[in-house]
Amino acid sequence: MAWQWFHRLGSPRWFYEKTTAWMPWLAALSIALLLTGAVWGLAFAPADFKQGNSYRIIYIHVPAAFLALAGYYIMAISGAVGLIWKMKLPFMVMKSAAPIGALLTFVSLVTGSIWGKPTWGTWWEWDARITSMLILFFLYLGMIALQQAFTHRDTSDKASAVLALVGMVNIPIIYKSVDWWNTLHQPATIKFTSKSTIDPSMLYPLLIMVIGFYAFYALVLLLNTRVEILRRESRTQWVSDLISATNKRA
Amino acid sequence: MHPVRKQRLMIVIFIVVFSSIAVGLMAYALRENINLFYPPSKIAAGDVPHNTRIRAGGCVKPGSVERASDSLEIRFLITDGTADVKVNFNGILPDLFAEGEAAVINGIVTETGEINASEVLAKHDENYTPPEVAEAMKDKGEHQKTCEGLKYGA
Amino acid sequence: MKFQFETIADFIAMNGHGPYVWASYAITFAALIFLLVSPLLQKKNFIKQQQKLQKLAQANPAADQSVE
Repeated sequence: MAWQWFHRLGSPRWFYEKTTAWMPWLAALSIALLLTGAVWGLAFAPADFKQGNSYRIIYIHVPAAFLALAGYYIMAISGAVGLIWKMKLPFMVMKSAAPIGALLTFVSLVTGSIWGKPTWGTWWEWDARITSMLILFFLYLGMIALQQAFTHRDTSDKASAVLALVGMVNIPIIYKSVDWWNTLHQPATIKFTSKSTIDPSMLYPLLIMVIGFYAFYALVLLLNTRVEILRRESRTQWVSDLISATNKRA
Repeated sequence: MHPVRKQRLMIVIFIVVFSSIAVGLMAYALRENINLFYPPSKIAAGDVPHNTRIRAGGCVKPGSVERASDSLEIRFLITDGTADVKVNFNGILPDLFAEGEAAVINGIVTETGEINASEVLAKHDENYTPPEVAEAMKDKGEHQKTCEGLKYGA
Repeated sequence: MKFQFETIADFIAMNGHGPYVWASYAITFAALIFLLVSPLLQKKNFIKQQQKLQKLAQANPAADQSVE
């Protein structure tokens, strides 16, 4: 019983049909959370006594960085499952995760850079946190490039899964860089083992934004995976039926 | 688990473990270079090359800041609790530069062990506090934490 | 919970940090909108393209290779 859902994941068709109904709910949830969090963070959260209003960038910088890292784990674990069980679907998830992760990493780098100017006094500094985040960006770009590099889909899936696994070592380094080395970047604010070093009135909108980003990530990852399923299964009867059904409605 | 899958699982674990070891050894070998800045105690002990561009990081010692009245010239001490190093700077400071706050200095260590800075950056901490709360904490005598730990030499 | 700014102009200016804050939010939301719109467009294009193929297959059954 426990393994049944797992083996079902071997069927892209089952996955596609199962997730169809989730899409509108996930979209509504993530957009509502993101808008609430952004308005709260921009207009209603108090200013920081040292940084003033520039700290409001935290409400997008931190969630984007969280998802850039979490997305890498999702991509690498999908790749591992694909390699071990030779399932089609995990490879499609892995391929879909790469461009999303790349863009989120880019967003966290750019917003961090914009935040750095008024607080640190510089746009960029080659410290361990910022540099390891830049490496993450290149890993994502490498994943995208590798997907295009082979004509054989099987080869490109396996090669990019191996790259994803090798690159996984970078993720704990990014997390711990601010503790292991002295950096310009400050240590983590949201802590899971001890009290967060942010006032509750500023923390609540941040948590809403983090949950919103997770929901949004799930939404766009599913949307991309669903397109990838259609592409890779385009020769099957069920996709062909699905397309002619769309035809009639149009 | 099917033996073939188990074998593939081992390969996957092998890839992850060995790339981690490789990168871990590399980071260990480069550990000094990965640090963005030197703490004042290292500079005071003479572990830092003179007349080359380096970065130093520490807390701006409260009460040590001297500003020139007719120019942007400024002198201050940075400290990590063990040693103090004098910094000379002529330029625009970031808004968050203040006594008792952390700063990263880019400059050249002179023969006398002072730093002639070409750039001063503010290193802010991970605490976010509304002004009223910060005010209340000050009234209770709780100091803002930025430079309390002075962990820069660790 | 109260609105933190006296006027809307203050809200835009954010005590001089306005350009930084608003630029960050603009870039982020542009990226999120791109992430949302791009798979929707890809799906639309894919379906259009497949429908064309289906029409071709119907018109010329002998050359049909898209459905196995």
